[in-house]
Formats: sequence, C-alpha cells, structure tokens
Amino acid sequence: MEKVLMKGNEALAEAAMRAGCKCFFGYPITPQTEISAYLAKNMAKRGGVFLQAESEIAAINMVLGAAASGVRAMTSSSGPGISLKSEGVSYIAGSDLPCVIVNVQRGGPGLGGIQPSQSDYWQATRALGHGDFQMVVYAPASVQETIDMTYLAFDTADRFRMPVMILSDGLLGQMMEPVVFPQIEVKIPEKPWACCGHKNKRPHNIINSLYLQPDELENSVNERFKRYEIVKRECPAAESSFCEDAEIVVCAFGAAARIAKSAVNTAREKGIKVGLFRPQTLYPFPVELIEKACRKAKIVLSVEMNKGQMVDDIRLALNCRLPVEFFGRHGGNIPTVKEVSAQIESISERIK
Amino acid sequence: MAERFRKVTVLTGHYGCGKTNLAVNLALMLAQYGRVSVVDTDIVNPYFRTADFTKMLEKQGINVVYPMYAGTNLDIPVLDFDLERIVNESDYTVIDAGGSDAGAFPLGRFGRLFGGLGDELSVIYVFNMYRLVDRSAEETVRIMREIERASGLKCTAVVNNSNLGSETTAEIIDNSRDFADKVCALTGLPLAFTCVCEEKDTDGGNFLVKRIVTLPWENSEESEI
Repeated sequence: MEKVLMKGNEALAEAAMRAGCKCFFGYPITPQTEISAYLAKNMAKRGGVFLQAESEIAAINMVLGAAASGVRAMTSSSGPGISLKSEGVSYIAGSDLPCVIVNVQRGGPGLGGIQPSQSDYWQATRALGHGDFQMVVYAPASVQETIDMTYLAFDTADRFRMPVMILSDGLLGQMMEPVVFPQIEVKIPEKPWACCGHKNKRPHNIINSLYLQPDELENSVNERFKRYEIVKRECPAAESSFCEDAEIVVCAFGAAARIAKSAVNTAREKGIKVGLFRPQTLYPFPVELIEKACRKAKIVLSVEMNKGQMVDDIRLALNCRLPVEFFGRHGGNIPTVKEVSAQIESISERIK
Repeated sequence: MAERFRKVTVLTGHYGCGKTNLAVNLALMLAQYGRVSVVDTDIVNPYFRTADFTKMLEKQGINVVYPMYAGTNLDIPVLDFDLERIVNESDYTVIDAGGSDAGAFPLGRFGRLFGGLGDELSVIYVFNMYRLVDRSAEETVRIMREIERASGLKCTAVVNNSNLGSETTAEIIDNSRDFADKVCALTGLPLAFTCVCEEKDTDGGNFLVKRIVTLPWENSEESEI
C-alpha cells in the first residue's frame, strides 16, 4: 500500500471513482473545482460519465436520473451552488434515491467569498430543500478521512436509499496530505427498484415524489422516517481524545477540529484538563457519544468557522445539562491555534 | 549555490508538486547573493501560494509580487504587474507559476519578455513522484508537455521535489532517484537538483528545502499577506 500526496479535492474524486461512482454531474465553483477537474480528466478512462451541466440545477436533476437507473452518482459544489441544488435534493429524498452530494464550503451568505468556512452546517443538517427529510452528513477532518468517508457515503446512500452529504470545506479541499487508498472490494447492492429496463420480465418500476392522496404521502414519509430511526441508531460516529477526565470539552468538526486538536494538546501540556470531541457525522449528531465524552465535563466550548451553528445541537444532545460556549471565525478566516488556546485558558481560569 | 541560477527562474509543474515551497526556499537562498524578486503568477489556485508569505519574505529584503486579488475573497484572474521592470530591477527573479497546464497558461502573456532573455532564463519543471496515483515517469512527462503547450515555453531543466509533505524522510527522497533518472532520460533534460530535507545531504546535486508551506495547525506563526 503506497502513500500518495494528494489534495483533498482530488482525493475525494479518486475515492469516488474507486467506490464505484459511474456518473458525475457538476458545475464549476471555487473552492470545489478540483473535484470536477479531476473527474473530467479521469472519469471517461474508467468507464464512467463526467458531464459539466449548464447549471447546478441541471446537474442535481441529472444525478436524480442516474441514481434512478441504479448507478452510483455524485455531484459537488460549494455553498451558492449547493443552495441552487436544494430543490433537486428534496426530489431525490422524496424519490428514495441514493446519491452523494459534496459541499466544499466557502464563506457565505450570498456570494460570500472563496476562502474556507463551515457556515453551511445548518443547511446540511436541517433543511437542504423543502419537505420532511434528512440527509446523512459526514464531516471529514483530513484528506485520508475524506477518502474513507467517500466510500462510506456511497454505501450509506445505497443502504438507506437516501442522499448523503460529504461536508468538506475550502481548507480540507485545497490542502495536501499523504494518504493511502484502502484496498476494499466495493460491493454495490442489488437495486430491484431501479428503472433500468424491465425487458418484459418484471413489472415496470416507477421513481416518483408526487402522491395524489394525502394518506399515501403521509405513509411514504412515515416509512422514510422509520429508516431514519435506524440511521440514528447505527450511523453516529465521533472521535474523542483526552475526554476521560476532561473538565472542559472542546467540540469541533472538520478543519476547525484540527486547529482545536492542536490547541487541546497545548493546553494539556499546561496541565489543563481539556478534551476534544469531534463529530464525524453531523446528521445524525452523535448524541450518546458526546454524552459519554462529557461525563466529567463542567463546560463545553464549540469551535467553528461560522457563527456557532453547532451550538444548539450540542445543547440538545446534552439536554442543556452543561453550559456551551462558542468561539469562531468566519468570512473566510480560520481560527488560529493561539486564539483557541486563549479561549481554553480563559475558561480554565473561570471554572477553577 | 547561487551561481547555478540564471537571472530568471520560472518554476512550473503539476499542481501540488511543491512549487511554492521551493520558490520561497529559492528566494531566501538567492537573497544572500543579490536583489531578489519572487513573482506569484497563479490565477487559478485560491490558497497555499507564495503571496501568503509576503510578510516573512519582505523581512528578508525580498520583493514579493502577486496578482492583486490573491488571498482575497474574489476569484478574478488579473495579472496587474510589469514583469519586465521587475526583472530589470532584480539580480534574480523567481517566478512561481500556477499548477499544471491551466496554471501555466498565463505565462504565455510574457512570451516576448522570456524570448528576449535567452540564456538568462531557465524554465524548470518541478515534479513530485508521490503526487501520482499511477506513479509513472511517462505521466510526469506528459504533464510537462501539457505545460509547455499551455505556456508556450520549453522547459530547460527538471527538479526532483519528490516528498510526502510532513512525512518526508531522507529515505523517501532517495527512493525517488531512479524515477528522476527516468524522467531525465525521457525528456533529455538535465536534473538541476533534487530537493532534500536534511542539511547533511546538501551537496552537489542536492538543495536543502525547508517545509515552509504548512497547514494552519502545524505552527503557531501566522502567515498573512
């Protein structure tokens, strides 16, 4: 197994092809562009389809079509482009189709800026589109984890027949780290529901999100929410470090967690009882795991590259048992290790 | 070491091969021997670029030139500087081009200036064996040809900058030497040098390159434009 030095975006694109993604539809936007560029160069060579659509809206609807035919399909974009896709994502969820959507986050709202951010947390975990539905949201924090989660995202999407998002950010997408591609035999499950030609051997399948009778619509949503219960039971994932005796638990995801980890290490060297809790899934939020990590905690500090979008999820997960403070930078700025260390030290003084 | 360098050095290569880290190291070394300008012509890549090191380089008396929207929240491809004047006013000019063919494309704009430099110009193709999933010298050379076509320049030498980022060791670099020989054989170009990470390996064909382009959590120093 050879190590390769790869950029987060290219690693994600390479992993998608290896995970059996056969169709990619997208529209360029910084800082996501290397995903499209890499697939444009390589997809055809590996027997897949790369297509730059006329818009993000067209791209997500092409994903719907490809997914309906039973192949693994993906699209990627950054904030403004993801917003444009929201209608299509809702149709995909309403049609019970599996697909992978990548958001390499940049600053918002509006056109915002091209520098890294985590300001699409609410969009990803609450409402990427209208109607009662959820997506599984993976939040990688390294280039290696971006690869591993790409494989996982396709498997989860197929297993639960739902859209899965990989919530990356500009920093993770643009930075380079040594990685190893896992030697996994990809198993794509049978998809008896797919519209791929019945050849007069079975009744034809219908992929649809329109229900004429309220009861039918209610039943289909209820069925979907039963699957979400399994998702909530089986999918939550998180990494905890130094949490066993931690009085302060720093909670951070994605690139912000890397900065928080350095700050936690520095504070530990100074004897402060602080740990790091890093959710790897943002939906479902790792409720039981954070409860476990915060057993000895007196306070939680959420570190994010936004205005504190994860804070409410932490409070709810802990039943408002602990105070949750927030430190973040946004607009394309990245919190520094120094800034986060100062926050930890100030909290440590206050809770003495 | 400086005598090995011509008045103008253009660094091209696959994106992520380490051009920026090399450009910053080269500029710092050459600054001991004369007036140095380092020019960032990247209008493709939004982050991790020479412009990020302006403060540190200027402290060493190095003139840092970059596109006016570098490091901002705008994605506007504008090169707004007078390269001819910069070259004339410097003993050494290091040009850090954007990655791959797309990033090298803007070099074509300076074709007349480069054409007039003759022997004073070297166009270096930087490669990193560990950047390739298929790890073939043929692929490395194919990328070089794409860059030559896009930029309208002919490469005059290659640099072996094979590394694994923070995990680079002397052994990892040594394992790339056969690959470098193959690239030289395929292109017919001389190996200008191999980038090494340890002082003791710095002899004839090697150049010590420190890891300056790092990730925000790797050092407490903050780089700002």
